[in-house]
Amino acid sequence: MKIINSAHAGTLESSDIYIQINPFKEDKIELELESSVEELYGDAIKELIIKTLEDMNVSFVHVKAQDKGAMDLVIKARLQAAVLRACESDPVWEEL
Amino acid sequence: MKLRRSMLFVPGANTAMVCNAYVYKPDTVMFDLEDSVALAEKDSARLMVYHALKHFAYQDVETAVRVNPLDSPYGHLDIEAAVRGGVDIIRLPKTDTIDDILDMQSVIEKVERKIGTTKKTQLLAAIESALGVVNAVDIARCSSRLMGIALGAEDYVRDIRTQRTKEGTELAAARAQILLAARAAKIQAFDSVFSDVRDKEGFVSEVKKIKNLGFDGKSLVNPNQIYMLHDIYAPTQKEIDWAFEVIEAAEHAKKNGLGVISIDGRMVDAPIIARAERTIYLARTSGMIGEDDE
Amino acid sequence: MSRYVPKCKAEKADERKSKICETIEEAIERSGLKDGMTISFHHAFRGGDKVLNMVMNIIAGLGIKDLTVASSSLASVHDEILEHIKSGVVTQIYTSGLRSKLGEAISHGIMEKPVQVHSHGGRVHLLQSGELKIDVAFIGVPCIDEYGNATGSKGRSQCGSLGYAMSDVDYAKYVIALSETLEPYPNAPASISQDKVDSIVLVDAVGDPSKIGEGATRMTTNPKELLLARRTARVIENSGYFKNGYSLQTGTGGSSLATTIFLSEIMEKKNIKASFGLGGITGTFVYMLKRGQIDKLLDVQSFDEFAAKSLGENPNHIEISANEYANPSSKGTAISQLDVCVLSALEVDVNFNVNVITGSKGILRGASGGHCDTAAESKLSIIVAPLTRGRIPTIRSRVHTIITPGDTVDVLVTDQGIAVHPRNVELKKRLKKAGLTIVDIEDLHKRAIELCGQPQKIKHTDKVVAQIRYRDGSIIDEVYQLAE
Repeated sequence: MKIINSAHAGTLESSDIYIQINPFKEDKIELELESSVEELYGDAIKELIIKTLEDMNVSFVHVKAQDKGAMDLVIKARLQAAVLRACESDPVWEEL
Repeated sequence: MKLRRSMLFVPGANTAMVCNAYVYKPDTVMFDLEDSVALAEKDSARLMVYHALKHFAYQDVETAVRVNPLDSPYGHLDIEAAVRGGVDIIRLPKTDTIDDILDMQSVIEKVERKIGTTKKTQLLAAIESALGVVNAVDIARCSSRLMGIALGAEDYVRDIRTQRTKEGTELAAARAQILLAARAAKIQAFDSVFSDVRDKEGFVSEVKKIKNLGFDGKSLVNPNQIYMLHDIYAPTQKEIDWAFEVIEAAEHAKKNGLGVISIDGRMVDAPIIARAERTIYLARTSGMIGEDDE
Repeated sequence: MSRYVPKCKAEKADERKSKICETIEEAIERSGLKDGMTISFHHAFRGGDKVLNMVMNIIAGLGIKDLTVASSSLASVHDEILEHIKSGVVTQIYTSGLRSKLGEAISHGIMEKPVQVHSHGGRVHLLQSGELKIDVAFIGVPCIDEYGNATGSKGRSQCGSLGYAMSDVDYAKYVIALSETLEPYPNAPASISQDKVDSIVLVDAVGDPSKIGEGATRMTTNPKELLLARRTARVIENSGYFKNGYSLQTGTGGSSLATTIFLSEIMEKKNIKASFGLGGITGTFVYMLKRGQIDKLLDVQSFDEFAAKSLGENPNHIEISANEYANPSSKGTAISQLDVCVLSALEVDVNFNVNVITGSKGILRGASGGHCDTAAESKLSIIVAPLTRGRIPTIRSRVHTIITPGDTVDVLVTDQGIAVHPRNVELKKRLKKAGLTIVDIEDLHKRAIELCGQPQKIKHTDKVVAQIRYRDGSIIDEVYQLAE
């Protein structure tokens, strides 16, 4: 999937995550994470974000994530929503 | 028939509720993608509900999704997400005619075929208009997937040009019609939400009323309403004692090859035994009777 | 030969009047406070306390250094102590609680000597055993007479029970009372009487009673807290202890308070009355006392204005000291007579150990309080906590810090199942029979981790920043400095 636009999804409320997606010039996933549970789950969240993007075949992407202690299902949903918005695409369910 | 006293509405965009609703153990968790979700958040909420449906915590509770109308840009995607997520029931937003059900059914069937599932997604029709109420009898028997019909009171009162009252006079005709239509079709009937979460007395009195009318249950907007509703639907100790007596008598008769079952000289027939079994089931699920020693 | 000549009456009268000092500086000077000594404060005002900061600023101004501050607890309002730690005025702390910026700074190693975290009962034990010697106790009291009879159940800043101060003054060498209202002599009945007080200073304000509860005494509408409360009330109802004359401690916080309210409804339905309610007393307990559902309230800390008012008016609402409340070395504590206590937790582990002092990131942000005291001595101790808080699992394989050992815990109530300590075979049977879902604590832990994921280990150095003192004075656990 190709990132066309900048897009975001989610909120900064507790138990949610705010994801900002921007096109990136290099063929890679550039990830910035701030998390209220960084010390406990920082690595796990990063891993989940990368894996979710890889499953959607997304590269050339800059992701800024501001996490307020969201559960994995919320992180995935918000990230996928932001990507689909940035790609102006309907979901490809097999990739989600 | 599955116990469905409480169907808890969970706004699909509310992360905290989506992540926690199962904790409150309603009989059915009903994720909403329709009225409670802003247009700009439809896509994001849909994905969240999709992932929630697949989450392990939602595997041991019945799930439903209220989808957007098929003629909106969201309806088809909502159904795809819900069915792929493995939802048990799809609640139609507004059902006026048989066609509303049949159209929805064919979209669901298409998705089911596409993903090759053997699961048959059930349907719940929400009756929210005069036309829907008038057609309720036909609607209730138009599909084997239809497990129940529910009253959507807010839109209904607007349609019949009146307003909600504490007494619920305005809903009398619709409630009676929906209940009778459901019973005639041997499906379940559900009452509308009671939205003032602070008015406990009003809620309790409405639940008592709809229980007496014969409704199987009610849609709820707040987890705090669940236990109040279950309390009202719970059998009394006297009913539980009676149910145990009936079951015991039935078992005794079976063991001794007796054709006729009687308690204190009164005949006990199959419907009475079924009712007793239901009472015990209710009592168990309400936590009124527990396990004896392991 | 010289004979002893008693002082004349006039001289004695002068001495009596002389307890009142014009300024705090004057009182401190009279007390003989010097570098290296120990001073104490009490926390009846909790977040509304004004005495500690006021006194510490004056002490710093006097150039006194290297003090041990023993406050019965510390709230976020006391973050100002940080400055005095940095400047060497304060070098050691004894307290039940540490929070906010102060807790954070200590967790990051700002102090050389580890903070001594004690329970409410354990503090009095440390005083009695002589480890903690208070040279000067500063006690803020809402009203006092010129000879030192003080109470919290009257006055502008009526705070209710002075239970913690009552035990401190029993052991302090010198007691300075700060008050805002002077009553005519004798100010009776007094919580702290004239024979314990050396000096008196009148100040503008000792505390703001509206900040004692800090919202902790409002009835919650949070569905999870209500669920926990209903479940806890059902555990108590079916525990075997719920009969006429039983006794109860519930404390503050959303679900505790709601538990009390649900319990009161069940008591009414089943016509059961309690003999006494204990501990931090809230308006809910007062309401039950007034309605005859509880015979007596034993109050070591009044949590809201209703409790404070009732203490002054109702003869069945009785003030007790921390010593009477929970000191394991006293000749008799109220908690040893207690049937049921409901306690909260930041973390609980699979061995039922409870942490109420360090947060999920290993930062000091709570209080030991009466937690381990009541758990140890009550007949039934119930820990109530959500399985997860947001993404943070409450149930752990090992708590970060032990405050209350698991062997003193009887039941854990979570929103996703109840676990009973394996030693309570009968209790488990009773609860199961009542239709409550009882699960293994290991399963609760497993579920919490499945929901949240396995948390990373908190990185720390080997420097000890706080020692957790069990109620008998032993060190039950240590808190390490967080790695930068």
